[in-house]
Amino acid sequence: MSALPSFRSGARKGALGRLWRSGDPFIWLTGGALAGCLIMVGGLVLLILVNGLGVFWPTDVVRLTLQDGRVIIGQVAQREAIPQPGAPAGTPPKSRIKIKQGNRDLYGNDFVWVDDDQVANRERPPEAIVIERREWGNLYGVIVEVRDGGRVAATGPREGWDALQARLPQTARISREILRIEKKDIGDINYAQDRIRLRVKRLELEGSTAGPQIERLRQEQAALQARYQEKEAALAELRRSLTASVVVSAAGDKAKDLSLAQIERAYYPNTMGVGGKVAFYLASLWDFVSEDPRESNTEGGVFPAIFGTVMMVILMSIVATPFGVVAAFYLREYARPGTFVSAVRIAVNNLAGVPSIVFGVFGIGFFIYVVGGGIDRLFFPEALPSPTFGTGGILWASLTLALMTLPVVIVATEEGLAAVPRGMREASLALGATKFETTWRVVLPAVMPAILTGLILAISRAAGEVAPLMITGVVKLAPALPFDGNWPFFHLERKFMHLGFHIYDVGFQSPNVDASRPMVFTTTLLLLLIVLLLNFTAIAIRNRLRKKYVSAAA
Amino acid sequence: MELAASERAAPFTLPARPAVRPKAIVEQADSTTGEPAPGGTMVEVRALTLAYAEKVALKDINMDIPRHRVTALIGPSGCGKSTFLRCLNRMNDLIDTVRITGSVKVGGVDIYDPALDVNELRKRVGMVFQKSNPFPKSIYENAAYGPRILGVRAKEALDGIVERSLKDAALWDEVHDRLHDSALGLSGGQQQRLCIARAIAVEPEVLLMDEPCSALDPIATGKIEELIHALKEQYTIVIVTHNMQQAARVSDFTGFFLLGELVEFDETPGIFTTPKDHRTEAYITGRFG
Repeated sequence: MSALPSFRSGARKGALGRLWRSGDPFIWLTGGALAGCLIMVGGLVLLILVNGLGVFWPTDVVRLTLQDGRVIIGQVAQREAIPQPGAPAGTPPKSRIKIKQGNRDLYGNDFVWVDDDQVANRERPPEAIVIERREWGNLYGVIVEVRDGGRVAATGPREGWDALQARLPQTARISREILRIEKKDIGDINYAQDRIRLRVKRLELEGSTAGPQIERLRQEQAALQARYQEKEAALAELRRSLTASVVVSAAGDKAKDLSLAQIERAYYPNTMGVGGKVAFYLASLWDFVSEDPRESNTEGGVFPAIFGTVMMVILMSIVATPFGVVAAFYLREYARPGTFVSAVRIAVNNLAGVPSIVFGVFGIGFFIYVVGGGIDRLFFPEALPSPTFGTGGILWASLTLALMTLPVVIVATEEGLAAVPRGMREASLALGATKFETTWRVVLPAVMPAILTGLILAISRAAGEVAPLMITGVVKLAPALPFDGNWPFFHLERKFMHLGFHIYDVGFQSPNVDASRPMVFTTTLLLLLIVLLLNFTAIAIRNRLRKKYVSAAA
Repeated sequence: MELAASERAAPFTLPARPAVRPKAIVEQADSTTGEPAPGGTMVEVRALTLAYAEKVALKDINMDIPRHRVTALIGPSGCGKSTFLRCLNRMNDLIDTVRITGSVKVGGVDIYDPALDVNELRKRVGMVFQKSNPFPKSIYENAAYGPRILGVRAKEALDGIVERSLKDAALWDEVHDRLHDSALGLSGGQQQRLCIARAIAVEPEVLLMDEPCSALDPIATGKIEELIHALKEQYTIVIVTHNMQQAARVSDFTGFFLLGELVEFDETPGIFTTPKDHRTEAYITGRFG
């Protein structure tokens, strides 16, 4: 044995060498790296969850009496330690709290900081009411009386609450009816009138300024105008019936007479049990996803943003997937291998690395100005100089994102095609099928899972991109959805709202940062959930297909 | 011929076949009486030479493959027998760099004629591959693939064809109750028989088999050899095999290939008992290969 040359003379000797060669440190390294990734992702999700989900929980209302005699009523929003730089070691830490005192129309600002040692007395009055309003944010105070039609209907917190509960459903119904008439009925009439105006203008452009067609259009216009007057009259009638109001006394000897029509929701948080609070929480959550935004996007719901995001992702998928799949098929199956095909493949792969804002600029320059401008000149000359398709809209935004995610789809499909075993194709050809029949009947079903993988990656990338959208058609507040009941139902030229942009707008462009910051986390959480949902749907479809078309290599 | 007769298993009785394919290239003579058809060459190969880029794979092959018989092609690895087989249904066209000279006539028709539709040829000259390659579809859909390509759509017609071809391939009893299960769940031998069923579903005239049993165990191999005996009555079969005992058991005629040349072609008993070429004798007695 000792005559043999020492093969291990170059390697580490001893216990350390044995440890390294056994492979254990490497296993720990890989496991540790994975754990690190999971912790980072998990930490991010937890941060968003904690900050986002707590927003709608109804916290108790506190009534603080300060040392100087001021009274503050509101909900505690945050507590933080006051930084004391330069203080000697051993000084006790001081902290302060941020109170949401609401009543912006009475006080000027929603939030106020109060040092802990300024607070003389702290209590939770059971009669403190929180009223979420259409305008001016929350109202905190105590009910003084409820008025109806000029006379006092109830006084005091308890009776006032009962009177409120009796009247609110009716008022809410009338408010909803007013909103419906304004948005839908009058909106439809306006839309129809606008179309008639454009048709008249088009006929004028073509040269005819009188004639039976124009007469008919003018008659329609008159009919619409008559309907509009009716609706306006109905609205006035409804508004007149809203006579009830509640008088609330707020801290600092202020009082507010609030019309019941302004009330979204009213509650006594200090007297709500856990069950009540949970019910309230769930109701708020539902409102968040189903309502329109209020107060410059700092309150209300995000439904239009959800709708816009989902519709845009679906449009993008419809455009990107067929193009990408067909392109990949050509590159892999029909093109003769050579420098041209290699160059195309390199170009496609590089396209995936181009910054998304560059795609946005291309979207504006080509889609909006050239194609959109052309469409306007050809099909909508009567609307000019006001652009129809020559400006940002959901169609151009979806096309821009489709272009951005095309390389992903192409690459994933090509990988799937390369994985289809040659024997399958040969078997089909040997039976007398043409190449097209082979592709359509055998190859395409076998490559479906790979296509869906490409789709999943494309959706994940596109749902989160904001930069190219900002310049091709997303707005802070869209007056209407891109899909409604008016012909042609899909209005692809309309601008839309998007969750990603909403996060940016609410978090960084909002006039009232304190009020809007909680919304940022909630909207982020919602966006994550929607992307997860879209991905899970695609993954479920892919798994079903995989079970059906088990790999032939088995 | 006697070798083949003593080895022949009891013939299958084939049920009536629904008409599925268009006019055949040649009339089929005497196929139902069990008597061997009087003579007749199905495939006539003259001066066939094939080269990939600069390497010559087949040199000047001349062969007459008789109708309704099993012809085996034997030889060591890399001698060109699979390449030759793929010439008979023009599967070598799929390779870019291949150049073919000479003529191959199937049923009197020159298959390398540029005016010929290659897909029609492949419907009449079927192929079973070495590694079974069923489609990732159900058993029914695998067997029905060929007829669908031919344009058969009616469910009853397809059902009849699928049943007939699975019975002819001796697979019906094992799968008739799970026709809509995935074909990839079958065992290796069953998959290969499914591929044979798939190939005969379009009723080709010639069946080319490229080492069909090389990936199978002896029992599955035996089943497929029985199958070949039964199919011989309707089809002309050309089988490539590296297993000499199988060639001796199964075939009526045998051709010996070596380094791209056809060294000898004769009736099977002749090749194996009295080979005329010394190279054939060397191969058969196991001195190389």
